[in-house]
Amino acid sequence: MPAAVEVDRVFRRFGSVQALDGVSLTVDEGEFFGLLGPNGAGKTTLISVLAGLTRADRGAARILGHDVVTDYRAARRLLGVVPQELVFDPFFTVRETLAIQSGYFGIAGNDAWIDEILHHLDLTSKANANMRSLSGGMKRRVLVGQALVHKPRVIVLDEPTAGVDVELRQSLWGFVRKLNRDGHTIILTTHYLEEAEALCGRIAMLKAGRIVALDTKQNLLSRFAGLTVRLVAEHVPASWQARVLRSEAGGFILGLDRYADLELLLAKLREEGIAIAELALQEADLEDVFLKLVGTQAAP
Amino acid sequence: MALRGGWRTLFYKELLRFWKVSFQTVAAPVLTALLYLLIFSHVLESRVTVFGGSVRYTSFLIPGLVMMSVLQNAFANSSSSLIQSKITGNLIFVLLPPLSPLDLFAAYVLGAMVRGLTVGLGVYAVTLWFDPSLLALAHPVWTLAFALLGSAILGTLGLVAGIWAEKFDQLAAFQNFLIMPLTFLSGVFYSIHTLPPFWQSLSRFNPIFYMIDGFRYGFFGLADVEPMVSLAIVAGCTLVLSALTLALLASGWKLRN
Repeated sequence: MPAAVEVDRVFRRFGSVQALDGVSLTVDEGEFFGLLGPNGAGKTTLISVLAGLTRADRGAARILGHDVVTDYRAARRLLGVVPQELVFDPFFTVRETLAIQSGYFGIAGNDAWIDEILHHLDLTSKANANMRSLSGGMKRRVLVGQALVHKPRVIVLDEPTAGVDVELRQSLWGFVRKLNRDGHTIILTTHYLEEAEALCGRIAMLKAGRIVALDTKQNLLSRFAGLTVRLVAEHVPASWQARVLRSEAGGFILGLDRYADLELLLAKLREEGIAIAELALQEADLEDVFLKLVGTQAAP
Repeated sequence: MALRGGWRTLFYKELLRFWKVSFQTVAAPVLTALLYLLIFSHVLESRVTVFGGSVRYTSFLIPGLVMMSVLQNAFANSSSSLIQSKITGNLIFVLLPPLSPLDLFAAYVLGAMVRGLTVGLGVYAVTLWFDPSLLALAHPVWTLAFALLGSAILGTLGLVAGIWAEKFDQLAAFQNFLIMPLTFLSGVFYSIHTLPPFWQSLSRFNPIFYMIDGFRYGFFGLADVEPMVSLAIVAGCTLVLSALTLALLASGWKLRN
């Protein structure tokens, strides 16, 4: 059975910027896959290559075995993309927008599925409203609806919850989880690492057009993050500065390789006479992995 | 779910797009053409002789204005649709589905043709009041052939302009510095036989001249150039431009990069 998504040594350059530098990855059917990286890492370019919005300079990409260039019709029928930008056609209502998008895929008489999408995205009451009259969150829901209107087996969500209120975020993830349970493959990029941690089974991290990590969430956490300790003190011993993952209000998050390191830290603090206001051992999260691998505090 | 060609939906969307703002896209150009007719016919009717005096100047002007409206509005439809979609970003909805270059070409150009022909019919209908005898065309098939080919060419040019332009300013330049002069200097308002030899020769390099002249032949059975020559030139332009535009769409230039 072909992989849901197969990216094989894809290169893409824009002027002097190497947006994708030999990216290869495989996403199996039914996975909930996360694609993380800082701004400019190449996430959107990779999604654009999959969707046929950008052509790779070299390499190949396939959706369920169909090449996105040579067999683009089949590949695009199998793929639904929720774009990052909040775009809409101001001439049409919500229902018209979904019906037109459905028609582009050659599907007529799709009213039952459109009604179901409207219901799940809580848009039924807005079905006949013009797109211009909708709030940002509502427009985002319509974008999700447009990506689903042809029942694609692979769904790519490019930061779908950016600027969306908590209520919509929850209902959207509920719907996406249901789609995943129903067998749809989901590929997600998000600004919210906790979302990726909660939803994704496997995660790829991109940096400067290259994949720097690709593994299950559990493996990434155990391999790259280990343990962390939250220390509230005036300062950190000089020999431990390199272990500081980030600073928080009044404290520092330090990475530990093993539990025994905690004893070494305490000994050093005592030795240097640094008073401990607070000390807490923490399980690492995806943000720690992200910071370690990508080396930036900026949101992905 | 029944399957059908996605291009038909894009074509339908193009029709819906201009029809939803038909005051701006249909009624306004009809009014503009009517004003041209009122002013030019009033000022020039008794001063300009065309086709050796066998046709009144006002009557001569009507098919020219009808065809000019067809051409300008066909260009406006495809070019404005594409540039608006590019600038607002909603072109992505057309690029994500499995629409082929031919699908895109057919939908945008046919949409442009329908808008051009709708406006042309509107201009024809209101200007008939000035010369009801024009209801009976000398060669209606020729009129239709030139209207279809002319609107297809300008619709295709609009598509090219929309693909090329990245902002409204660039599109306006294309329209005002290329399409508008070619249209106005094509014999809409005069017969080229009234021009000095140099300008007569120059006019023969303007493909829009052949569209207008051939279209007018359908009305009166009279033309500045042999209508078969005009038809061959216009049909040739249609084929060449269509092939080039399809190649452009297939390359993804300015659309898929």
